[in-house]
Amino acid sequence: MKNSSIKTVVAVGIGAALFFVLGRFVAIPSGVPNTNISLQYAILGMLAAMYGPVAGGLIGFIGHTLIDLSWGGSPWWSWVIASTLVGVIVGLTAKKMALSEGDFGKGKLALFAVANVVANAVSWLLVAPGLDILIYAEPADKVFTQGAFAAIVNSLTAVIVGGLLVAAFCKTIAKKGSLDKE
Amino acid sequence: MAANTVLNYLPRKSFVHGLTGATKLAFFLLFTFASMITYDTRVLIGLMAVSFAAFKASRIKLREVRFMLVFMLVFLILNNVFIYLFSPEQGVEIYGTRHVIVTLFWRYTITWEQLFYTLNISLKYFVALPVAILFISATDPSEFAASLNRIGVSYRVGYSVAIALRYIPDIQRDYHSISQAQQARGVELGKSEKLSARLKNSVNILLPLILSSLARIDTISNAMELRGFGKKKKRTWYVQRPFARNDYLVLALGVALLLASLVITFWDGDRFFNPFV
Repeated sequence: MKNSSIKTVVAVGIGAALFFVLGRFVAIPSGVPNTNISLQYAILGMLAAMYGPVAGGLIGFIGHTLIDLSWGGSPWWSWVIASTLVGVIVGLTAKKMALSEGDFGKGKLALFAVANVVANAVSWLLVAPGLDILIYAEPADKVFTQGAFAAIVNSLTAVIVGGLLVAAFCKTIAKKGSLDKE
Repeated sequence: MAANTVLNYLPRKSFVHGLTGATKLAFFLLFTFASMITYDTRVLIGLMAVSFAAFKASRIKLREVRFMLVFMLVFLILNNVFIYLFSPEQGVEIYGTRHVIVTLFWRYTITWEQLFYTLNISLKYFVALPVAILFISATDPSEFAASLNRIGVSYRVGYSVAIALRYIPDIQRDYHSISQAQQARGVELGKSEKLSARLKNSVNILLPLILSSLARIDTISNAMELRGFGKKKKRTWYVQRPFARNDYLVLALGVALLLASLVITFWDGDRFFNPFV
């Protein structure tokens, strides 16, 4: 138990660093002008599914805050909170996923996909625009359009890239009972 | 420390640099909160004066932080343009009156209310920006963890932040070498590939990055466990300094500013200062 709490601390640190590097320096053009695919949400989904809601939430929070700070502004708190929530919601499935056992069948893939879509939809369609209106008094049309775009792009990235990553990762783990007696 | 480059720490001798990291963090949070809550133009102008004075006191030169200024300015302009495109009547809605200056076309008119609303949004950026830049540029990143712990955050979380700052340059370097190695093998992320191919190719780069990061998590957490991390409820910090007189003064100023802006803003029961009625 002791070791797992230390592991969470380190996973949050390294996870936030990954989130930062991907969010800040890596830009893959999405085809729509001026918008990039946010690979960091694929990593966030994967790490949250591995280390649980607390780690997931903190990775989103610290990573997003550091990105905003490094651009030189004060953090845009409504979106930081939305990133946190993505990590928490996906993290809730961690016990069920049990990725360290190394099997990632159809059921788990579906769970992973649903969790990520739900997490991104709730965060970017409800929480981020809601807080934008509440905190920053921005016009509803604008924030909901932004939110809808973020929800679609981030869910797609999380499910496709995140799903491929988790599947590839699970192949590298030796499964329980994979030895045969000859 | 390598993380200096990430958050642009500019060391020098000044009033602001002399404050402890915890003071700067607390003041930054109080100040951001104050500027976030209020839309009262008078309060915003007052806060902006404090913000600019603090920047002056830090002896950081404008050209040293030009990159951040330009970035925020572009962001501000884009944001204002988008707000106008999506709801040109937002100001009218907020202030409840309608003084049209010109009618452009269709639903796009320019009203004094909209201009005033845009001015307030822009003011908010200019209030928050100098303090945010100061917080980043005048705080030694190695003091971050200690500061977080000082203002009441669990030291484990402080440690996570410290680890993140420590490993960002390493992971950036890893990403760079993996991506070049994969590009040499023909994995392309640029516009010349189809979107689906780009996504698939990104997995080829991310997977080695994740695997090496997971190995790193194991190594670091084993090392920390060997040194007895997490055994006690509290821990001390090498970089932590005791509060001096100036720290208490700045903290008091932060609290006073927050209270004053809350009182003035909500005195008349509205977040907005309305010059139109």
